[in-house]
Amino acid sequence: MLWDMTKLALKSIFRNALRSCLTVLGVVIGVASVIAMLTLGQGSSEQVIADVEKMGTNVIVVRPGQRGMGPRAHSTAARPFNIKDVDALEEALPEIDTAAPISSQQGTIVAGTENHRAKITATDQRYLVASDWPLALGRNFNASETRSGKPVCILGQTVRQELFGTADPLDQPVRIKKMSCNVIGVLTEKGASSIGADQDDVVLVPLRTYQRRLTGKDDVSVIYMSVVDGASTGQAIRDVENLMRELRRIAPGDEDDFSVIDMKQVASMLTSITGVLTGLLSAVAAVSLLVGGIGIMNIMLVSVTERTREIGIRLAVGAQTHQVLMQFLIEAVALSLLGGLVGIILGLGLAAIGAHWIDIPFVPDPGIILLAFVFSAIVGAAFGYYPARAAANLDPIEALRHE
Amino acid sequence: MPHSEPYISLKDIRRIYGQGDAEVRALDGVDIDIKRGEFVAIMGPSGSGKSTAMNLIGCLDRPTSGTYRFNGLEIAGLDGDERALIRRHYLAFIYQGYNLLARTSALDNVELPLIYKGIGKRERRERALHALDLVGLKGRETHDPSQLSGGQQQRVAIARALAGDPHVVLADEPTGNLDTQRSREIMELIVELRRKSGLTIIMVTHDEEIAEYASRLIWMVDGRVQQDRELQDAA
Repeated sequence: MLWDMTKLALKSIFRNALRSCLTVLGVVIGVASVIAMLTLGQGSSEQVIADVEKMGTNVIVVRPGQRGMGPRAHSTAARPFNIKDVDALEEALPEIDTAAPISSQQGTIVAGTENHRAKITATDQRYLVASDWPLALGRNFNASETRSGKPVCILGQTVRQELFGTADPLDQPVRIKKMSCNVIGVLTEKGASSIGADQDDVVLVPLRTYQRRLTGKDDVSVIYMSVVDGASTGQAIRDVENLMRELRRIAPGDEDDFSVIDMKQVASMLTSITGVLTGLLSAVAAVSLLVGGIGIMNIMLVSVTERTREIGIRLAVGAQTHQVLMQFLIEAVALSLLGGLVGIILGLGLAAIGAHWIDIPFVPDPGIILLAFVFSAIVGAAFGYYPARAAANLDPIEALRHE
Repeated sequence: MPHSEPYISLKDIRRIYGQGDAEVRALDGVDIDIKRGEFVAIMGPSGSGKSTAMNLIGCLDRPTSGTYRFNGLEIAGLDGDERALIRRHYLAFIYQGYNLLARTSALDNVELPLIYKGIGKRERRERALHALDLVGLKGRETHDPSQLSGGQQQRVAIARALAGDPHVVLADEPTGNLDTQRSREIMELIVELRRKSGLTIIMVTHDEEIAEYASRLIWMVDGRVQQDRELQDAA
């Protein structure tokens, strides 16, 4: 009986193919946008996690000023670090594998007739170890270059591309602001960071060189550390905090004038931002699903009026109220499910294209697909109920007399 | 079926529409007993209550007062779904306007009552094919009503009525839309089918020539039975 009714419903849907298509368009668009949003959201979350893993989940960063969200959270008044802090952290704490100082600014780099603006990052040989960033060509800084501040540099892939194209940059002279130096290495490509910045648009110079020739100050703005494998990151953060308070002579009870974060925190912050955005966009998309449901109700009401005589015939041959109700309810649900199915396919297609376009992984989630399917069935049942009840409650004599 | 009680028995049936000044007494104290196998024609001027009587006998409507026993069962107190079950298992209708499902093949139309009887697909198909054969529509099973003439559509409707194996067929002006020749053919078909199966037939008509086919004639005026007489049974 149920199967007969389903067949009947499908027959009636395909009999009015064009009208059925227009009716379910709302559901198709609603489901497609929800699916596309959630799938893209899922993809970007995975991207963030992958990026952070690439950076190393065992990385700890210390900045001057109080912790906060966003890049400008630390106050300018906070005292900067210096190289002694870096060495102290590395030597005193057994769970810190490597600590590297970082200072940076934007600047123009010139090679021959080409020039390019990039981030100039001052550090020492420990940075590539702490960040686990391999070289594509050449070599890392050596200790003597770092100590004496030799004019050498290592190029990021973007800078190399801009200044040298396909030519070999090793041992070539470049000018960084007003300082001439030699290229000793080229980094491997790292790609965009989770917030979209090009991490390869960088040139590394020894910290000492940078301090002497470019800024004239002994400041270190960030300390970048890797934790020994197997050690607790949480414990490492606490130890770093204690040691930094000591080094910076902060009286007990006073607030830290620096902040320590690990990459896991950065990751969870970024994924929660992605999550909120995905949720909001999906909510907007869900509204169109609701509108789609109203479209179904509208057409079902028209359909009931149009088929009053048919309902009368069915009642005359002995159909009961619940059977007529079921017939129209099944029709509404079938209509809505068909719309949901098309919407799911369309949404996944859009998500696949979108993911390719913004360069994130395409992660179709069976749970989300199932949810969309169930949800479209619920929309059909909810908005089909009223018209179906109107059909079921028709008086057979009146219905048969209907023109 | 004991002979002591008539198959269909209406006692002092009233059907009143509206209230107060707008009150319309469509049936005003009707007593009719019908035995199994009778072919009753109900005639009368418009507004005499013949259609109302038929809808009541057909369990599509319920009386305002009076008792209606069908096959020993009291019908007047049944609700809509219970009356639907009576229609499903004992009754079938033939209408002036055929009342076939549009854009639905003759075969599917005939199968319709069988679906609600809960009969399986294969048996449904067999019985529908047999019924269409009986009414002389073999070879037109896949035709839509729109592809059939009026007479052929009424034959589909008759096949639909027969397929469900009803005890009583109620016909409301079954030849009202047909010319004289087709009307005769349809009536001869109905008479023949009745002779074969012993169906009880109740037919509303205002055509005396059509009423001649019946075994009994009830003449109604103003919601009452004015005349009730046996006819020479064509069967």
